Amino acid sequence: MDPLRTLWETFFDWDAMREALPEMLTVGLPNTLILAVSAALLGSVLGMLLAVAGISRTRWLRWPARVYTDVFRGLPAAATILLIGVGLAPLGMQVWGPNPYPLGVLALSLIAAAYIGEIFRSGIQSVEAAQLEGARALGFSWSEAMRLVIIPQGVRRVLPAWVNQLIALIKDSSLVYFLGLLASQRELFRIGQDYAATTGNESALLLAGLCYLALTVPLTHAVNWIDRRLRQGRTVAVAPDDTEPDLVGETDLPTTARRDPR
Amino acid sequence: MSTPTSVSLTVRDVHLAFGANNVLRGADLTVQRGATACVIGPSGSGKSTLLRTINRLIEPDRGDVLLDGRSVLRDDPDALRQRVGMVFQQFNLFPHMTVLRNITLALRRLKKLGEDEAVQVARAQLELVGLAGKADARPAHLSGGQQQRVAIARALALRPQVMLFDEATSALDPELVKGVLGVMADLAAAGMTMVVVTHEMGFAREVADTVAFMDAGVVIEAGEPAAVFESPEHPRLRRFLSQVL
Repeated sequence: MDPLRTLWETFFDWDAMREALPEMLTVGLPNTLILAVSAALLGSVLGMLLAVAGISRTRWLRWPARVYTDVFRGLPAAATILLIGVGLAPLGMQVWGPNPYPLGVLALSLIAAAYIGEIFRSGIQSVEAAQLEGARALGFSWSEAMRLVIIPQGVRRVLPAWVNQLIALIKDSSLVYFLGLLASQRELFRIGQDYAATTGNESALLLAGLCYLALTVPLTHAVNWIDRRLRQGRTVAVAPDDTEPDLVGETDLPTTARRDPR
Repeated sequence: MSTPTSVSLTVRDVHLAFGANNVLRGADLTVQRGATACVIGPSGSGKSTLLRTINRLIEPDRGDVLLDGRSVLRDDPDALRQRVGMVFQQFNLFPHMTVLRNITLALRRLKKLGEDEAVQVARAQLELVGLAGKADARPAHLSGGQQQRVAIARALALRPQVMLFDEATSALDPELVKGVLGVMADLAAAGMTMVVVTHEMGFAREVADTVAFMDAGVVIEAGEPAAVFESPEHPRLRRFLSQVL
């Protein structure tokens, strides 16, 4: 047989794709989204706690945050998911029964938190110290100043990096297949893989890949768009009509020493 | 301008060291109720640090700060800072908020005003600094002079009893300085107790009730502007004035 033709049929068997598509869209896509979105939410909340702990003046907050980040960033995602999904399975059994799904979400969240924590921390630390001083001078406590003034600015600066992390999360969600999900819990990758295994044809797996791209490529462009907007927002020229009005300051002041050297 | 209920201010023998660096070495300053003191002196003489010990952004190692004769060092620092307004060289407006929200934030969160009341106070304050039309603009869309006037309005909205100005016009283009100094002069005339760290000798001469000259962490000469500028006693002050005037 023509090797090129074999190759084509291995990846582009339209019938195999058509067969897998309904399940891909009704089971795989929702599950991937549930895994990714819930892990993104939980991971971002945990990441924010890690970020704030990481810049705390208290060693007992800073130090554990540092260790956590090093450990969860340093382990392969597959190892973390297996360790948590299998290791905590007996505990999970008592809390929510034999369902590995919540542990999968937990593992993904814990991994994402380590990265997102570092992203948030770098953003928060990039905000000028003068902003904190300005807020404190108005009478805000340290935590109020952080919450109202520093963190919102810091997070805004690192939104592109944060979205990048969400893209990684969507891809990593495929790893929960290690945990032996029920048929109705399978996400995109697992469904593609199952079809590929039963038919000996990779087309369904390729279809799963296309589904991932359909999710991640728009997000990549969203990152670029956000990045561009943030850049433009920061360098705004002063409108030409913004001249200093003379209606304030009835007192006519002498010119400054610097402008009037004698 | 607003009618502030000003207080008198006394800084007594304040010491502060950052490690081996003695920034303040027994600084004293007295400002009568409703009076304006201008603090002048070379860079690194401790002027800005002295200002920050008054609202305790920096805690002094030793010495005392008194408002109307009462020490503030045992007060809650956050509550103290609501009574002592401060304006910075770099404005320190919050860039992610509109001008209006920059002012209403503390009114709502700290003074616990309702939204409507906070907006009303903020707009009135913006009116006073001549920026009523800029309420919905972002700080980045304003000139430096306008930003500084917003910063002054933001501090005044909390009805402080003392105002501190840390080189409020040093970061401004020369043509924008006058508008900001005008607002400050109006405020002084309205009876606000003010401590103004400045390089604007014209402003010090014209507006100040007291001019204090700082060098190496100590106020080495203080008095009425005429006396300080026309007949300086300390050689260090004479040398300084010969260089800046």
